[in-house]
Amino acid sequence: MHNQPTVSELVQAVKNFVDHSAMPELKGRAAFHARVASNVLATILRDLESREENDAAELERLRSLLGEPDGKREDLNETLRRKIRAGELTIQSDGLIEHLKKTAIAQVQVDQPKYSGLKAALKE
Amino acid sequence: MSDKQEFDNRLQAVLRRVYGEQTVLASANRLSGGASQETWLLTVKGQSAPESLILRRAPPGMEATEESRALGLPNEAKLIRKAHAAGVAVPEVVYVLEPEDGAGEGFIMSRVEGETIARRILRDEEYAEARKRLPAQCGRALAGIHRIDASDMPRLRLSTGLEQIDHYEATYQETGACRPIFDLAISWLRDNAPKPLEPVLVHGDFRLGNIMVDENGLAAVLDWEIAHFGDPREDVGWMCTNSWRFGQSENRLGGFGDVEPLLEAYAEAGGPELSPRDIDWWDMLGSMKWGIMCMGMYETFRSGADASVERAAIGRRVSETEIDLINLLEGQRHA
Repeated sequence: MHNQPTVSELVQAVKNFVDHSAMPELKGRAAFHARVASNVLATILRDLESREENDAAELERLRSLLGEPDGKREDLNETLRRKIRAGELTIQSDGLIEHLKKTAIAQVQVDQPKYSGLKAALKE
Repeated sequence: MSDKQEFDNRLQAVLRRVYGEQTVLASANRLSGGASQETWLLTVKGQSAPESLILRRAPPGMEATEESRALGLPNEAKLIRKAHAAGVAVPEVVYVLEPEDGAGEGFIMSRVEGETIARRILRDEEYAEARKRLPAQCGRALAGIHRIDASDMPRLRLSTGLEQIDHYEATYQETGACRPIFDLAISWLRDNAPKPLEPVLVHGDFRLGNIMVDENGLAAVLDWEIAHFGDPREDVGWMCTNSWRFGQSENRLGGFGDVEPLLEAYAEAGGPELSPRDIDWWDMLGSMKWGIMCMGMYETFRSGADASVERAAIGRRVSETEIDLINLLEGQRHA
């Protein structure tokens, strides 16, 4: 498939339209939803940019944490969850909090990069 | 005649019964609210009527059911009247709609002037003095709320911290999402649950956004729809939850202050003696609850019930509570 413009460029173009053409014309609920839409488009751009890398890093950590070098990411997350629920992994377990924290940081950096809790997580 | 005109006529008939035959409803404008609960600003003309009033209403067919966690508007009105009698700052309930009024379920209350938008309360110079006064005022208000005798209200549930873990865990499981941080937080909360305190009436949603604030501080406590019997620490912990500090994390209490002056005023006004550490567990419970509430709101988009961009986008706020939960769990590991 052709890639000119790229998906990111198309999303950016829509965001430009929402921000500079549509939003100034809107009032009340519609203006509020336009702002939400613009934020969503920014999230999409960050997601497109970093999902592949974040998923690969998460997979590496899960394989090492759970000692399953061939597992798939979705399956390993289910295993992780099962072990947590069974009490086999707790906040004291080696590497668990570190892994979850890295995963959460990567996710918030995509979803809400200005969130106050992210600053706190990066400071420690 | 349009539905809106018919509705206005019915409201005017109600107002005439309360304020006399000369009363005229000049306008009724919808302010906000979701599909099930509406808030209307009524402008009124008449000798004995106030210039403006607030109507809280559920349209026919949208009333809270027995199974819902919401109280239902007639019960909310009853509770606000009890709070008023207990000396808590609340709007005055002037009329509770009856079925024969034909205007749905709800009540009319006085309009309290002030601000509810958290970011303005936290940042505007106008509220600088209010921000200093709020912690102690909130402490006194909570002591008053927690003293209310609501034993004659059978619709009020008993919901302890552990019951809330069960409820929100079930909601999380129903979504089918796999987010291990929530599993870890739920396990930790369950294993470390504090001994429950004697149940009291709990407001259940006590935070910026649900209180009216003016330049002198707390003007009215609003949004009573999920009040229940429970642990008094829940109300303090909810206001301390990072999601409700609106970016001002350094101020543990709602982004505007410290929790210590709240707890001091609370104890002075007759509440139990509590330390900031007694609130830690409830603070984490709050992040867990809000995260799962966001998942639930996203579900209304995924199921097709609400197609708005807002409902889709809120699913991408779950990770805010994940980072808060991880920060708190990490603190507990080193505690």
